[in-house]
Amino acid sequence: MAADSRIRIEHVTKRFGDIEAVKNASLTVAHGEVVLVIGPSGSGKSTLLRCVNRLETATEGDIWIDNDRVTDPHGNIRLIREEVGMVFQNFNLFPHLTALQNIALGPRKVKKESRDVTQERARTLLARVGLADKEDAYPSQLSGGQQQRVAIARALAMEPKVMLFDEPTSALDPEMIKEVLDVMLQLAQDGMTMLIVSHEMGFARAAADKVVFMDNGEVIESGAPDDVFDRPQEERTKRFLEHIL
Amino acid sequence: MASVNETKTKKEPATAQITVSDGALIPDRGEGSIFSAWNISFFGALGLVVLLPVISPEPYLEVIRFVPDGIVKTFQVTLISILFALVIGLITGLGRISRVVFVNRLATVYVEVIRGIPLLVQLFYIYFALGRFLSIDRLVAAILAMSICYGAYMGEIFRAGIQSIPKGQMEAALALGMSRRQALRLVILPQTMRTILPPIGNEFIALLKDSSLVSIVAVSDLLRRGREYASTTFFYFETYTMVALLYLVITLFFSKVVAIMEERLEHGGR
Repeated sequence: MAADSRIRIEHVTKRFGDIEAVKNASLTVAHGEVVLVIGPSGSGKSTLLRCVNRLETATEGDIWIDNDRVTDPHGNIRLIREEVGMVFQNFNLFPHLTALQNIALGPRKVKKESRDVTQERARTLLARVGLADKEDAYPSQLSGGQQQRVAIARALAMEPKVMLFDEPTSALDPEMIKEVLDVMLQLAQDGMTMLIVSHEMGFARAAADKVVFMDNGEVIESGAPDDVFDRPQEERTKRFLEHIL
Repeated sequence: MASVNETKTKKEPATAQITVSDGALIPDRGEGSIFSAWNISFFGALGLVVLLPVISPEPYLEVIRFVPDGIVKTFQVTLISILFALVIGLITGLGRISRVVFVNRLATVYVEVIRGIPLLVQLFYIYFALGRFLSIDRLVAAILAMSICYGAYMGEIFRAGIQSIPKGQMEAALALGMSRRQALRLVILPQTMRTILPPIGNEFIALLKDSSLVSIVAVSDLLRRGREYASTTFFYFETYTMVALLYLVITLFFSKVVAIMEERLEHGGR
């Protein structure tokens, strides 16, 4: 396996009772690579993503982040999670905290960094996602797009090696999607390693190094965005792309 | 006592509300009219408390003079009990959602047992039955019984409150690298507090009313003082009328406070 792979998913299967949500899926994300996972709903792509920081525990197979084995039942998953940022479909901001507090909470309480340091970094990050004037706003006072940008800043505040995005634009109104994708694009250009579950074709062509198509729990094919979108090899990929394009 | 329902709102991020039926008449916000049920009851009762002693001071004014230390005792029992019940409730609620089977079972059995035994029986049990082995002060026994009983109900409120917080909140906290304990303390419980304040206020009112039971073990609360007055003067009707009106004024006052609190939480909610 390539030495520079950041995330390595090896033959992962996830069962919920009798249902196999993910079947023997393997994929790697290299250092600084941006990988987009697409596929119909229920294809297991979100479940696979959630296995990477062990919000779901893989039933079989292994997942590595650098040299840390996520799937090690005796490993300290909290240490790994500190280095893996996650952005959710529904933002999941903490509604009782301001934007600034949302961002500063993780570093302050998990990494035990000082108040000054965490607040300063939170301000920098808010500026970076274009919300410098919203530090005292509560999530309910922000639009969906603004909330998602705060959520990205919150994940970045932990200074992660890897960022996971679980359908980050699916809950957004169309006019807000761009502002979130712009932040993600910037992040990709800055060299962040990103594993993204999303159907944003435009973003994939602009920023992704690789697109992975999943269906029915299996990885069907993967390749460069233009190859997968324009010249899909597998019948199931073709059918799916016809539906969403 | 209170039954707790969770209503999941569809708005995202969902701030869940717990609605509680019982305890006391919680005035409806929609009812702004002067002739709302609350206004009629509260000002009616208050009016009678003022008017009756003026019209006929012979027993009524005497009763009013006789019972104030009983009212103080009632509040004393209520406040101390609710504080203990809150502590027991928090521990029980956390126990009820614990993934440690032993802790979970223990908390659940406690809730089941306590909720299955009438408060009056629990009070007798602690005061008389345990009194055979330990000499317990009657006031301590009363507070103990109320706290243990209401702790079980509070536990259910805390559990429902914690479980009403969307799953994504815990996931977001864990994804940042927090432990479950940190996530509960920093993310889940602060949100729970907003949701459970109204039901806790409601339990407070219910407890205030139930505190009249302690008069049976001769704690001189409002009801007991009334009984003492009546048994020497034989003004049973007048005394208990006044006692009932005083309870009514107190509980309706607090039900209004709870309603205002509920409204603040809903509209000032972030």
